[in-house]
Amino acid sequence: MNQKRKIQTEKVTPEISSRRDFLARLWRILGLVALAEVAFFTVSMLRPGKKELKDSSLLFKVAGSVDDFQKNTVTPDRVNKYFLIRAEDGGFLALSIICSHLGCSVLWDDPKKQFICPCHSSAFDKMGNVINSPAPRALDYYPVIIEEGKVKIDLSQKKKRKKFDKTQVTYAI
Amino acid sequence: MTDISRDTRQNKSWYNLILHLHPRRVKADTLRFTLTFGLGGMAVLLVVIQIFTGLLLKFHYVPSPEGAYNSVLNIQNNLLFGKLAHNIHHWSAIILLWVTFLHMLRVLFTGAFRKPRQATWIFGIILLILVVLSNFTGYLLPWDQLSYWAVTVCTSLLQYIPLIGGAAKETLLGGQEVGSATLSNFFNLHTGIIPLIMIILMGHHFWRIRKAGGVIVPESAEEVKMVDTQPNLVAREFVVALVLIAFLLIISILFDAPLRERANPSFSPNPAKAPWYFMGLQELLIHFHPFFAVVVFPLTIIIGSVWLPYIKLTDNNYGIWFLSPAGRRAGKFAVMAGFIFTIVFILISEFLPDPETVLHSIPSIITTGLIPFIIVVGTILLFMRYMQRRFNINRSEYIQTILIILVISYTVLSLTGILFRGEGMKLIWPWGI
Repeated sequence: MNQKRKIQTEKVTPEISSRRDFLARLWRILGLVALAEVAFFTVSMLRPGKKELKDSSLLFKVAGSVDDFQKNTVTPDRVNKYFLIRAEDGGFLALSIICSHLGCSVLWDDPKKQFICPCHSSAFDKMGNVINSPAPRALDYYPVIIEEGKVKIDLSQKKKRKKFDKTQVTYAI
Repeated sequence: MTDISRDTRQNKSWYNLILHLHPRRVKADTLRFTLTFGLGGMAVLLVVIQIFTGLLLKFHYVPSPEGAYNSVLNIQNNLLFGKLAHNIHHWSAIILLWVTFLHMLRVLFTGAFRKPRQATWIFGIILLILVVLSNFTGYLLPWDQLSYWAVTVCTSLLQYIPLIGGAAKETLLGGQEVGSATLSNFFNLHTGIIPLIMIILMGHHFWRIRKAGGVIVPESAEEVKMVDTQPNLVAREFVVALVLIAFLLIISILFDAPLRERANPSFSPNPAKAPWYFMGLQELLIHFHPFFAVVVFPLTIIIGSVWLPYIKLTDNNYGIWFLSPAGRRAGKFAVMAGFIFTIVFILISEFLPDPETVLHSIPSIITTGLIPFIIVVGTILLFMRYMQRRFNINRSEYIQTILIILVISYTVLSLTGILFRGEGMKLIWPWGI
């Protein structure tokens, strides 16, 4: 009896079991794929939706007239998180307040003429260049435009840069 | 007569409930408290407490940047038992993290991750990561200066992961900066997704423990002595649970959960620190290039811990603390060495001139990344060669010694970050505090 069954199984097993193994493995792979799909679905729910196109004029923050800002000054706007810099030659540059290292907000140290980050003591010069690590790159900046004597800052696009160059500055005509 | 029958009936239904978690009989040796310190059981109890107090807090918490801080104030000041519920939730979260971490160390240092417990170990690691994430997502919810900037600093760490870092940060934050979308994401992860995954994986973790024959004990030639679960194990668990609850209540009555002033996105406090369990990572970031601190080290640890149970070990060193007398001797030595090495490393890195400014032409990923990394790994390997010769340790004891060095190093880094870093993250001496 016992031996008979053994013989039978020996005959049948290889083919069936390989097919069964295959199907079982297939189910397992499908299960993993389903799990990955659910995970992807969940993670994509965390992401922000596509931004609606707003009227672009709403995103320009009017900082003031050109003459409101004296040369060689730094004016902070803590609500909109930028510093408006007017250089010695009269050019405008808007720097993000957010440190490029770990996202803390930097402070303007007027006597030293430096931006200092309180978190890891990174320091930046007036144009946002790194003068003390660990910050890996210069402070981000916002494009500035000057229309009808008004200084406007485009808060919709924050620009990353390695270091300062002249093209980032806007001059009043 | 009737009294007795009722008593046994009640006992029986209680016993049936217990049998969902435990087998009918357990090995007598596993009951010894100092084998496990009841850490796994404590973790389960704390998760239950967290779910319960969390659900209570949810009645009053408002997950929006405008409402969050005030709703926490309301919970603390105007509600009967509100402050107690908040304090219990806060302290229990911290204790849970400690207990889970110590539970992992217990499993490591009794060799309980070995075959046939590989999957139990890996699911345990996932559960530990989930406990950390649970703590981290909860950290933001009070929306005070502490939580806002800790989360800002930590999520900014993600930026340093090549290729996917920026997208990962944006996904987690639901935008570019910590804001209302972030609070909404964190709230849902904290109160829904993470607990759900945790409960499912916990069930699986327990089932695997049971399948492996319960808690690990040394191999012996004699027949294993079995005892009834009820009352031998149940009574012991009950005592541990009561002591833990009493401890938690005392702490929660005496010490309030911290709440600073409301979050102000335009002023970061000085110094801005990550939550305490990530301070070791932040300290590492002061000494290493971000790519090494945020990617190489953590990835090595995670891959190593998944690979660990599949390393071929032929000895019978398991079921006792620190594996063997040789393992224990080497372990003691490694604790001291790890302690001294890490402190010396921090001091050298602090007082040596910044390699980035000295060797300006070479990229900083080499000067502050690769070179210190090679020095650290080289020191550990040289030290291990010495340990092998001195203590004549085998492979499992060798792995244990390395793990001890890693655990001690992370502890020292965390302590340095938490205690000895002041304004601008500058080092302060122990006598300067």
